[in-house]
Amino acid sequence: MSAPERKFVTARIGGQLVGIPIARAREVFSPQAITPVPAAGKDIAGVLNLRGRIVTMIDLRSHFAMPAYADGALAIGVDEGGDSYGLMVDALDEVRRLATEDIQENPVNLDEPLRRVSAGVCKVEDELLVVLDVDRILKTGAIASEERTGAAAPADE
Amino acid sequence: MLCCVKALSVMDDLLREFLTETSENLDTVDVELVRFEQEPNNAAILGNIFRLVHTIKGTCGFLNLPRLEALTHAAEALMDRFRNGMPVRADAVSLVLATLDRVKDLLEELERNKAEPAGDDDDLISRLHAMVAEDGVAPARAATSAGTLVYQVLERPLRPGEATLDELERAFRETPGPAPRSSAPKSSTSSPSAPKSSTPPAARERQPADLAPPGPAVADRDAPDKASADQVKRSIRVQLDTLEHLMTMVSELVLTRNQLLEIDARHGISEFRSPLQQLSNATAALQDGIMKTRMQPISTAWQKLPRIVRDLSTELGKHIELEMQGGDTELDRQVLDVIRDPLLHMVRNSADHGIELPAERVAAGKPECGIIRLSAYHEGGQIVIEISDDGRGLDAGRIRARVLAGGLASEDDLSTLSDAQVYSFIFAAGFSTASQVTHLSGRGVGMDVVRNNIDRIGGTIDVRSVAARGTSIVIKIPLTLAIMPALIVSGAGGRYAVPQVAVRELIRVREKGDQRIERLRSAGVLRVENKLLPLLPLSELLGQDAAESHGSDLIVVMQSGQDSFGIIVDDVVQTAEIVVKPVSRRLRHIHAFSGMTILGDGAVIMIIDPNNAARVLGVTSKAQNAMPAAGAADQGEGGRSRESLLLFRAGPGQIKAVPVSLVARLEEIDVSQLEPAESGWLLRHRDRLVPVRAANEHVALRGSGLQPVLMFADGDRTLGLMIDEIVDIVEDRLDIEIAASQPGTVGSAIVAGCATDILDIGHHFQSVFPDWCAKAAGSAATRPQVLLVDDAAFFRDMLKPVIQAAGFEVVVASSAAGALDLIGRGGRLDVVIADTEMPGMDGFQLCEALRGAAATAHLSFIGLSARISEDIVRRGREAGFDDFVAKFDRSGLIAALKEQTAGEHAA
Repeated sequence: MSAPERKFVTARIGGQLVGIPIARAREVFSPQAITPVPAAGKDIAGVLNLRGRIVTMIDLRSHFAMPAYADGALAIGVDEGGDSYGLMVDALDEVRRLATEDIQENPVNLDEPLRRVSAGVCKVEDELLVVLDVDRILKTGAIASEERTGAAAPADE
Repeated sequence: MLCCVKALSVMDDLLREFLTETSENLDTVDVELVRFEQEPNNAAILGNIFRLVHTIKGTCGFLNLPRLEALTHAAEALMDRFRNGMPVRADAVSLVLATLDRVKDLLEELERNKAEPAGDDDDLISRLHAMVAEDGVAPARAATSAGTLVYQVLERPLRPGEATLDELERAFRETPGPAPRSSAPKSSTSSPSAPKSSTPPAARERQPADLAPPGPAVADRDAPDKASADQVKRSIRVQLDTLEHLMTMVSELVLTRNQLLEIDARHGISEFRSPLQQLSNATAALQDGIMKTRMQPISTAWQKLPRIVRDLSTELGKHIELEMQGGDTELDRQVLDVIRDPLLHMVRNSADHGIELPAERVAAGKPECGIIRLSAYHEGGQIVIEISDDGRGLDAGRIRARVLAGGLASEDDLSTLSDAQVYSFIFAAGFSTASQVTHLSGRGVGMDVVRNNIDRIGGTIDVRSVAARGTSIVIKIPLTLAIMPALIVSGAGGRYAVPQVAVRELIRVREKGDQRIERLRSAGVLRVENKLLPLLPLSELLGQDAAESHGSDLIVVMQSGQDSFGIIVDDVVQTAEIVVKPVSRRLRHIHAFSGMTILGDGAVIMIIDPNNAARVLGVTSKAQNAMPAAGAADQGEGGRSRESLLLFRAGPGQIKAVPVSLVARLEEIDVSQLEPAESGWLLRHRDRLVPVRAANEHVALRGSGLQPVLMFADGDRTLGLMIDEIVDIVEDRLDIEIAASQPGTVGSAIVAGCATDILDIGHHFQSVFPDWCAKAAGSAATRPQVLLVDDAAFFRDMLKPVIQAAGFEVVVASSAAGALDLIGRGGRLDVVIADTEMPGMDGFQLCEALRGAAATAHLSFIGLSARISEDIVRRGREAGFDDFVAKFDRSGLIAALKEQTAGEHAA
């Protein structure tokens, strides 16, 4: 009887290893001709035309305290509520199987920007993988509203 | 039995077809029934209903749906009675409608669970039977009592669906013109019906043979029906998904075509040109065709309304007629879906709140029967839908009270709003005027939802109302949401699409040109046809830092509702038919955009929402702003009945202000261009001499350099007023609180938190052009004379300057006795404004007394009251008041005064 495990597409944002459940990933593509959207959240790189579909590009680097992408990034396509999104990453890693019990809750001292996109942390080989909370990232409520209220991090953190 | 699996799937298909067919039939029956109630003698209508019910019943029997079958059977029996001459009473129709509602419920359940729900419908069936039985008694007097007896004896013990079937079949066969709809399912069901042939299909199969004997007479009557049957058959049913998918594919094709055209324009490969042209034409034709498939007549959205109005009239005890015009006006299915519920809600509102009870109507001198009118028509690329009634109209007084009670606006805010503006509050969230909330119109949760729905599809909604005459709501919505013509503009570091419907004109401005942007601190304005057009740079609209102007700008003049404004852009790149795509959820909080689109070169650009731009500029018509819309919280505080005021310094002391709407333009004039003249200066301006005055005696001409001058124009007269410095343009309410203490000033008001003198332009025009007064506000001698009687010093002090500012001469009295005394002393008088509640002799008595006296009978009388109720208005009318205004309704008072004095001069 093997322990329950889940498959993740892993990628790197800066040096950080991140993963999203493979069931959520629709495709991988190289983003081109991104149109910036004024007044959008800090983590919105813009919108682009992917074979006739409009994809909203999300740049998570701000959450990892890194400057936004200039060029050469890759993107993992995910769908949510009929909309298409692209999560921008530096490079793809591989598809990994992670035992469910190995995925731990966010450490209490995880810094706030990262906490907002992380659904948990898992030790992989000798580094830590951040399991991205795709739903939270894609839902308007999570990041945009916090940014709209002004502060980067709530006071209680 | 033999091939269960196959039979099952066939049954599934049949069931699905049955459900679609039946729901359509039921909708038709609804409409027909209401018509039938109005024209009980119309056998053709009855025939239609009867056939439809019969079809439903027959199919139910075949599909083994006993509940439905029993119910429709009982209904059909009653319908048959009607057909045979039983008088149609309202309660009978109600019963049949209730039955049909039950049928609908059952069908819904059936659709969900693929099975009829448990339970029975004996309640309805027994009532249906009772009514049929009642008829049994009626003919008894005319015909033989034996016939009645036989009928009843037979009826009682029988389960519905069994015994009277033959009778009904006969009735069905005798009904002229087999329904086109009924023939379709029958032919499709006849072959699978063979193995488990039961009574109903057998009965149906008998039908063609039985049809023959009646002969040519029947065939003749069939003819028109057959024609329509052919028409019906020429259309087919297509899954919506299929259409939507086609639409998407065509959109893609349009985009690809655009891309190819652009490549062709760049590289110009002549070989491709001709086929490309063909592709382009074909694509356009395809696009047109697909768009047509999305179009549906608006009547599909109001099909249910006659039934609803009928139910409401019965329930409310009112007589209401529903008139519908322009039902064939077509609009996009998507748009139709959005307006369906709002229409329903508004018609309900009209019936519930608008139309009065018959007795009230008669008392008001109106016909007993109220009319709700629904009309739709095309106008300039938009669909206009109007819902009007001839009911009591909106009650501004009550709306004001509600607004106050609900905390939607303060008393001060309200006092500055006209009735028309107050009406717009019915669209505010959580508002309901019906003091007695009925379950029909709900608790006022509706109108704000209505407005939100209309907003969402880029439409506008407007309400007009006249007391005792009725209310009319006008909705304007775009024809389609899918594809629209747009202007592609560049600016704010990118390209954006602006819907062409909102664009009025394009104006090119240059820094040194004739038409240039005038700046007042932060705000830019442009003078267009003697009006100042507020401007907003595109970058600011999009929440970016204002970009540097580079000498030449293009202004896109846009219109949203009543208001015009300009957006400053770098350039217009092209015009294009764009395919509107929704904004993803993650971006939906940005109100600046109404959608996105893909351009010919493949780039994605955002579509600017003109309504939002108007809101950002704060020029949205006052009424609209007063409505706390769903998005209002994001817009910051919405200016409530605010006015744009130009603030400036002229001499020491308080800041001065003048409404921007009065200012023609702002100039900085080299003092050397000003030639001294009698009591002022003259400025040479385009071969004309323009008189320039100091705004007041403290403003001194500068020794050299530029002097700011406000230019005012009235017709062909232009006047410049020299000031010291322009301070700002602010949006604020203009409430003149202290009357003028010096000429040239209307009075003082609090503007942006500071006491401010409001400039009296009339005074300056009068002094420069002595004959100006005659045609404008009028001098003291010609101004209408007003007597204000109020026991409260507070109101006298508050209202006097307001009335004066509006161009009237005012004398005040603190009591009725004082007023009579004043009048007794002689002097000209045109209007008396009297508070109705005063100690001693009150306003009513004063009015009565003055009306009674020959010397004062011709005067106009306006009553002031803290509360306005129907009672007070009636008493006022009896006493002889011409008009009635709420005490805090200052603009209402001015409007009433103007109306009274205008009438005076005409008479």
